[in-house]
Amino acid sequence: MNERPLPMFGPGFDPGPSFTELLRRTSPPDATPPMVAGGQQAPPDITHGTTVVAIRFANGVVLAGDRRATSGFAIASRRIEKVFPADEHSGIAFAGAAGPGNDMVRLFQTQLEHYEKIEGESLSLEGKANQLAQMVRANLPAAMQGLVVVPLFAGFDERRGRGRVFSFDVAGGKYEEADFQVNGSGGVHAKNWIKAQWHEGLTAEETIDLSIRSLFAAADEDTATGGPDLVRRIFPTVAVIDADGFRALTDEEVEPRATALLGGREEGAGQ
Amino acid sequence: MTMPFYVSPEQVMKDRADYARKGIARGRSLIALEAADGIVIVAENPSRTLFKISEIYDHIAFAGVGKYNEFEMLKIAGVRHADLKGYAYSREDVAARSLANAYAQTLGQVFTHEMKPYEVEILVAQVGDTPDGDELFHILYDGTVMDEEGHTVLGGQAETISDTLDTRYQPGLSVDDAVRLGASVLAESDGQPLSPEQLEVGVLQRGVRGRAFRRVKGDELGRVLAG
Repeated sequence: MNERPLPMFGPGFDPGPSFTELLRRTSPPDATPPMVAGGQQAPPDITHGTTVVAIRFANGVVLAGDRRATSGFAIASRRIEKVFPADEHSGIAFAGAAGPGNDMVRLFQTQLEHYEKIEGESLSLEGKANQLAQMVRANLPAAMQGLVVVPLFAGFDERRGRGRVFSFDVAGGKYEEADFQVNGSGGVHAKNWIKAQWHEGLTAEETIDLSIRSLFAAADEDTATGGPDLVRRIFPTVAVIDADGFRALTDEEVEPRATALLGGREEGAGQ
Repeated sequence: MTMPFYVSPEQVMKDRADYARKGIARGRSLIALEAADGIVIVAENPSRTLFKISEIYDHIAFAGVGKYNEFEMLKIAGVRHADLKGYAYSREDVAARSLANAYAQTLGQVFTHEMKPYEVEILVAQVGDTPDGDELFHILYDGTVMDEEGHTVLGGQAETISDTLDTRYQPGLSVDDAVRLGASVLAESDGQPLSPEQLEVGVLQRGVRGRAFRRVKGDELGRVLAG
């Protein structure tokens, strides 16, 4: 069997601890075909993921996302995952074109682990956010053709002992948020809900509920955001990141919380 | 006009092998043991930062003895090999056997074609779901690969240590017992007890989803050794 040879580099060509650089040095120049030739717009049936939120609390951060993916006016998936661990103490959630989004998540996860194994220690949280910013920037040509992916990055900064939230723009701009940020088509509705409820000193439990509730608010106003699906028992993805690391809540944990939060404000106006 | 001396290929290979073996013999030995709940690698290493034992991938670890810069370079190449493969295919597709073959190719090439062979012996270990699935690949400076069962020893005093281990090792040890056995056998070959500060211990824990490698160090190592 023909094995892939060990990637060895002469002095001056070594990619160092960067996995993206390593990929570039080991793949032939035409390995990745251009995303979309011509036109300014991607075909309308590209799968899109929608609303994600990141909320800081006293000892960490909560990352959450709804489960719907749309393609045009159709529902492409009811169970898409948009919240992922990036490494032990950080997580990434994305909104936008699902294909490039998933790819970006996988590349980012690999990059963080690769750096850690080569260097013997992990990047700082700031360093991880900057790495992600470069990946978002690298996606700009595809974004210009409609394949926009914008992630949220959140983690527990072990050196500073607190949770931090970073958001990005299409051009790779990185912005640290004081307390919370949202992304995706339903984001504005989720953000309004969070803004009205958020205060310093929220507990992890309260923040989890706030994230679920804000996604309901988004689903109530935005067609591309999935609400709680009681028939199929599909609920948002929620993860908590604190000093103990990244922990995704199981469906069994989210379901009772989500059903307990149903009703409330949406019933009121009868609209 | 001067004529180059004729040196037979046998002599060239023997000289290179002697050269590599001498370099390796100068270093301390390293032991890998299959235990009931994981694979344990124990090395004598006074440094806290220059490691002989490293993580390669989810269930794969690397260890090297001999010249540090050379096995460190091989470690990095191994991490790159594994990460590229895991990214291109899937995490499940990264396996020790393919990595061991790649190492063997590289070491064999260097041994026959370069000015100087690598003065290293390396180990590629992979922990399985059950002890039957454990793999220990012991690779020599010339690219020779040995698929070992139960335990293996790398480095200068490998033969004597291996003989001692043969009499004292039994399958089904706990990880802690394996750490103690490895440490005591290394200490015996040295003729003096080894403190936790002089040891480097890596464990591939069985039954872990994702990254199974961890270092046992500091107070934890002290407790295990005192166990």
